[in-house]
Amino acid sequence: MPKKTTMDDLFLFSVEPVPAPAAKPVPAPVRKDPTPEPETDAIPTVPDADAPDRHETGSFSITGTDNLFGALWEDQPAAAEDATPRQRQRVKAEEFATQQREISISEFFAKNKQLLGFDSAARALMTTVKEAVDNSLDACEDAGLLPTIIVEIQPLEEGRMCVTVQDNGPGIVREQIPKIFAQLLYGSKFHRLRQSRGQQGIGISAAGMYGQLTTGKPMRITSRIGERHPAHYFELMMDLKKNRARIVKDMIVDWDVPHGTRVEIELEAQYKGGRQSLDEYLAQTAVANPHAEIFYTNPRGDKLHFPRVAQELPRQPEEIRPHPHGVELGMLIKMLRESPHRRVSASLQHEFSRVTPRIADEICELAGVPTTRNPQKLTGDEIQALYKAIPQVKILAPPATAVVPIGEELLRRGLARQIRGAEFYVSRSRSPRVYRGNPFLVEVALAYGGELQGLVDHGDPGELSVAGIALDQEKTLAAALLDLPGFNRKKVAECLEKTGISPRKRVKGLEFSEIAQLRSAYDSYARQEADTTSAQIIRLANRVPLLYQLKACAISRAIMEMNWRRYGVTQPRGGFPQGPLVIMVHFASVWVPFTSESKEAVAHFDEILEEIRLALQECARELSVWLSRKVKLKASRERKSLFQRYIPDLSRSLAALTGGKPKDIDALIQEALEEFADQIELPEMVDLEASLPTGDSDSDSDSDPDSEPEGDDSDDDEN
Amino acid sequence: MTTKTRRDKKDEQILERMRDLAQAVIDIFGEKGNPAVQIPLRSLSNSVYDEESRFIRMGDKLQERVFFHQGQAKRFMQTFLVASACKELLDVRKTTSIRDLFYMTKHTLARGENTFDDQSESDPVLEDLEVTIGALREELHLFASNKGTMVGNLTLVDSGDTIDCRSMGTGGYGIPSIVEEHVVQFKKCEADFVLIMEKDAVWRRLNEDKFWKKHNCIMVQSGGQTSRGVRRLLRRLHEEKELPVYVLVDNDPWGLYIYSVLKYGSINLAFESERMAIPKARFLGLSSFDREKFDLPSVVTIALNKNDEKRAREIMKYPWFNEKRWQKELQKMMDSKVKLELEALSSRGISFISEKYLPEKIKNDDYLE
Repeated sequence: MPKKTTMDDLFLFSVEPVPAPAAKPVPAPVRKDPTPEPETDAIPTVPDADAPDRHETGSFSITGTDNLFGALWEDQPAAAEDATPRQRQRVKAEEFATQQREISISEFFAKNKQLLGFDSAARALMTTVKEAVDNSLDACEDAGLLPTIIVEIQPLEEGRMCVTVQDNGPGIVREQIPKIFAQLLYGSKFHRLRQSRGQQGIGISAAGMYGQLTTGKPMRITSRIGERHPAHYFELMMDLKKNRARIVKDMIVDWDVPHGTRVEIELEAQYKGGRQSLDEYLAQTAVANPHAEIFYTNPRGDKLHFPRVAQELPRQPEEIRPHPHGVELGMLIKMLRESPHRRVSASLQHEFSRVTPRIADEICELAGVPTTRNPQKLTGDEIQALYKAIPQVKILAPPATAVVPIGEELLRRGLARQIRGAEFYVSRSRSPRVYRGNPFLVEVALAYGGELQGLVDHGDPGELSVAGIALDQEKTLAAALLDLPGFNRKKVAECLEKTGISPRKRVKGLEFSEIAQLRSAYDSYARQEADTTSAQIIRLANRVPLLYQLKACAISRAIMEMNWRRYGVTQPRGGFPQGPLVIMVHFASVWVPFTSESKEAVAHFDEILEEIRLALQECARELSVWLSRKVKLKASRERKSLFQRYIPDLSRSLAALTGGKPKDIDALIQEALEEFADQIELPEMVDLEASLPTGDSDSDSDSDPDSEPEGDDSDDDEN
Repeated sequence: MTTKTRRDKKDEQILERMRDLAQAVIDIFGEKGNPAVQIPLRSLSNSVYDEESRFIRMGDKLQERVFFHQGQAKRFMQTFLVASACKELLDVRKTTSIRDLFYMTKHTLARGENTFDDQSESDPVLEDLEVTIGALREELHLFASNKGTMVGNLTLVDSGDTIDCRSMGTGGYGIPSIVEEHVVQFKKCEADFVLIMEKDAVWRRLNEDKFWKKHNCIMVQSGGQTSRGVRRLLRRLHEEKELPVYVLVDNDPWGLYIYSVLKYGSINLAFESERMAIPKARFLGLSSFDREKFDLPSVVTIALNKNDEKRAREIMKYPWFNEKRWQKELQKMMDSKVKLELEALSSRGISFISEKYLPEKIKNDDYLE
């Protein structure tokens, strides 16, 4: 991400990287908190007078950017390793800050739209909807309401569209509306350690800003907090210099919605189909949020409805303190220095989760640091010693309550609803783990075969239809087949060559047998296509679908690095598996380490890759069992039919030789075949329903990450 | 017509054996079992070289053919299909060719699969049936297509027609597939020996040169590997008329094997050796040593290919080729790395074979036995 900014731009923000996580647990500067913050790193930038009301000033602070660019610093651990950078850094930061403090963050983003996912008209449409929907879902869940969300994209002239997103959430009080929607970095999500969709509170206002920059139109907000309250309607513009809302209209309106919020943004936008389409995004959102109901009208005017699968809200994730395992040195330094406690042991206990007095003592003892030392006065070496001691002490995993899985059953049901007609579904929720002190968990669901393999219902054998689509009777066969989805001239030619039917033949002149031939040619073509197409990958982070930067994502990497061939799935060397397969991976964490601010790819942490790999393997193992059973079943069916082919001739011959009746002997042999088949070589029929997991009984368990049996160490080798 | 009655009895016997076999299979199906037919194994591993009688006998190994086995189901069905076709022939008292049998039993099963694809598939099934119920092909009212021709100082009666083999023109007498006494009887025989050769072309050369007249013999050509009819006829001439049998084949492993079959019987039809083998058949040529003896130019030799060498090594290992003179003969072939066709003799002149080669070989008793 920083590659896209110029050096000058970067200098406006931060002179020297501060370890990112350092900022996470610390209250951010730009919030309307009556209590002034204690010493943050950022003090130099903003005059004290502004402190309580910083958002009004429109200037920014280093802490803010620090959070904003959290992922950036993850890539620069060198800074974190340095135990005593603070003095130098502070001076420099101060220096730059005094020079640059009038530069507005809004202006910066206006110049660097790509950082927030507004780099193209297509992307902008997606990001706008995404931010609005994320906000709506979060708001509903926070308020304990089952979300019902209406998304409507209305095409306007000159490449513009109007995006409307409406929810049944708790609504927003009148005073907050301008700040939330028209002021960057206003929000409450990024300074807490809790699983949520948005993390920086920058999205929706950035969308509004984009709209304003491209169309000059204000953002329109309607919100109502309850039936006994009026609905407020705002038209907001953004003062880019001051990062402040400019209220164009502020009025009370009639609204037949008891509570909720409606956002309308006009922007320059482009609607595209395919795997990165808005339709796909909302479909995946529905899978990831089975408790939500979504109504969607796309720019073509198609109305799509994603009904609710679960009638219960997911458990509210709890806010937690960081877990000591995986904490970075920089963060440790910061936490100890800022701890209000007088003794190291007390600091360890209170700043971190899962640290009992016994564990705190153990850490201190291992590090050779007296438990009574004042944490603010620890030397760099002492902190280093503590840092090294922490991983050696066995500490309970972070509370599982901090991360909330979708759950195996809902995951599977959600996937089955979206990816219909597959023959096999499987899902797994792993227990929470830790990376850099952040609990996270991984869930995987797979769908395989069936319609994914191009097996479709062709309709009645007497109909002139292929793949359930009626062929135009007046057309020639070649022309009519072109109407089939996914068919081009080449495919039609291949298909016809296989059947040997003349392409110039009229559809209405086709024989039934020819229709049957066409259908089977279509099937084998579709199957062949499916078998050589990469699996469809659905990536979710905290229930948000990730549609871009597939290759950069840890999820993709884990999928590619796994040896799928071992599980009976084809895979080109170093590539994605192929075949009629959909792979869905959900990564849930209190802090999702995105590779960039546009939040499209999960960063490659070893702990994360490993967990994804294990979850994939668990599912793949089920798949391979199912696949081999399927192969066996198919083989045994074929075997049985092999015998059946010879029975008529055998019984006729035996009858001729003995003078018996062929029919009687035939029946006798058929009976023997049944008996024999059951006894010896034909396995029982596979019960597809029974092979599906039925619940997520173990998905919520809070188990010790170090002691979970894996039992498959030999797995996954090559690469 | 005592023979007729005897044959009717034989037919009855065979029909009964087939009926019993089929009924046993039906009974096992009735018990929901997997019926098995025990078939004597026709393979090298089940061929025993009987040193005393000096021919190959079939051992007592059996192969089991069951229906509920994906590799055997079709064969199982085919076995009874062939049996029922034979029953039909027996019932109507007609005899037909094995080619006919193939067409009688060939039809299409599901999905374009045929009961038999070609005759090479139905012939072994028939042989299986022969050994299983212990009936000869002719007892099943079947014959192979005629193969092999004969001329010479012999008069015979074939199905009541008198045939003078001295006046058969250029074509010769076509040897029928069934030459048992009830079909073929020998009448006047003046010949001193029988000469059997694998090549029709050589036979014609000798016939044109009237070799049989000059040397007072019977000449037979087999057109490659000898058929059962030819073998049985030679055996009868050898046995009933006490004629020595000289064999003339190409100088290659395949030629040697033709001789081997005549002499000891074949591995595949080991069960018929007893009435077909001619343990005293004489290998006249071409010998690997003939090239030097008769001063044949090296240009007429053909290099042994890999297949030839492999076959030669196999033959060297057959117990009935274990004797020193045979090993020497084969070793010579392997060492020289070349083979010779009978026609190669023509390099010394068109009638070299009839005027020089054969008379000298026979006069000097230059043969292997």
